[in-house]
Amino acid sequence: MIRLTDVVKEYPNGTHALNGLSMEILDGEFVFMVGPSGSGKSTVIKLLIGEIEPTEGRVMVNGFSLRNIKEWQIPHLRRTVGVIFQDFRLIEHKSVYDNMVFAMRAVGAGPKEIRKRIPYCLNLVGLENKGRRLPSELSGGEQQRVAIARALLNNPSTIIADEPTGNLDPARSLEIMRLLERINALGTTVLVVTHEKDLVNRFDKRVVMLERGRVVSDGHGYYGRKTL
Amino acid sequence: MNKHNFFYFIKEGAVNMFSHGFMSFAAVGITVACLLIMGTFTLVAVNANAMLADLEEQNQVLAFVELGLSEKEAREMEPALRRVPNVRDVHFISDQEAAAAFRARYEDDELFQGLPDDNFSHRYAIDLVDIAYMRQTCEALDALPHIDNVNAYEDEAAGFITIRNVAGVVCVVLIAILFLVSVFIMANTIKLTTFDRRDEIAIMKMVGATNGFIRWPFVYEGFLLGLFSAVIGFFLQWGLYEAVARSIASNDTINLITTVPFVDMWSYVAVIFAIAGMLIGVGGSLSAISKFLQV
Repeated sequence: MIRLTDVVKEYPNGTHALNGLSMEILDGEFVFMVGPSGSGKSTVIKLLIGEIEPTEGRVMVNGFSLRNIKEWQIPHLRRTVGVIFQDFRLIEHKSVYDNMVFAMRAVGAGPKEIRKRIPYCLNLVGLENKGRRLPSELSGGEQQRVAIARALLNNPSTIIADEPTGNLDPARSLEIMRLLERINALGTTVLVVTHEKDLVNRFDKRVVMLERGRVVSDGHGYYGRKTL
Repeated sequence: MNKHNFFYFIKEGAVNMFSHGFMSFAAVGITVACLLIMGTFTLVAVNANAMLADLEEQNQVLAFVELGLSEKEAREMEPALRRVPNVRDVHFISDQEAAAAFRARYEDDELFQGLPDDNFSHRYAIDLVDIAYMRQTCEALDALPHIDNVNAYEDEAAGFITIRNVAGVVCVVLIAILFLVSVFIMANTIKLTTFDRRDEIAIMKMVGATNGFIRWPFVYEGFLLGLFSAVIGFFLQWGLYEAVARSIASNDTINLITTVPFVDMWSYVAVIFAIAGMLIGVGGSLSAISKFLQV
């Protein structure tokens, strides 16, 4: 579960990114977070993965309180959250399979676990036959699916996708969203940060809209039915 | 750390090392140079110490009895000599024994073979307790009645003490400076690797790798670079030392200097080089990686 309560985030340069933001995402939910540039979406993601601390307020993610989180606890928090980025962030000189091995190794997984989990995740995203390919040999949509498979490797309870379709054409974007919907159906909480109104409106999901560091609407559809 | 991770870290460390061949070569080169300079000064100090110890073992001074004193009278002086502070032992050498030894030393020189025995005086070879008090002991011996003259290797002893002290101080200062220089170079090499792999580090952080897990491959890289430097430095030091020792042995003008055989101290040199190399490598990598963990 994700809960932000009266969160204020002021950067050292004086920018107020969040101004008393409160929201809650329950386990198993699928939520779109939308808003114009500078509305605070990226700051929320950084807060949720422990990259920054809130200036005021409380942030709870999968049982971790990020207000006073210890440095050694952050890796453990991140293992409960799979993150997907617009630019995929794959290692170019490693094959798809080795990219996955790298991610599992990084959290101390053993060879047996790696051999079992990687084919499962590649199968889940429909790339079971592309393990030996380099990322550059894949299309943008396929690369994003590799990133999703990597995010799933450590069996996180939450997936956070930051503009996951930003580099993709509409057809591939739809594929990625359907894949995330399928992952959500398996029980994983999904938070998608996007500004693609048409794409959001194709799914009947909860939409949280931010503006100037606050939630301005929370409901279904791009503009949300429930305006705050 | 489990065994899978251990081999993974070693492999990653080796890959890092070879992926920046030139910088690794530079780091190894600088570290080898530093180890060689440190090692050379240390070995100079060791040799000065050994020569000093040698000199201390044969720290005999010769006290010459006045010419004309009979052997009996000369022998009666022994208790007085033994009472002088810092005297460990005394050995009487008669004029005949002294003359025989002299002729034996210059047996190829006819000029000295015809010298009569009465040109030589009776003498005492005196062992000292501490070579550092050689001057005071000589003065005390010289002050005794019927002692004509006292001969000692006072200058040589003082020279070795100076060499040892200077080499010791230079050693400590150089070791400190060169150690810091080596750590700096090593840190820059590892920094280059970490910079090159910053995306991988960011991904590792993102998926939940601990700082320790991220740090280890770079620590192993530094460790391996340091170890390579130590091995290369050791063999170069060996070669250099043997070459210098040979040239000293074959040079007649500096034959007073004796060198400690390298085989007598190779194990100490190896251990010191290995420890210094590894400290430089690991210290450098730890100082380089800390910045990149703030991802």
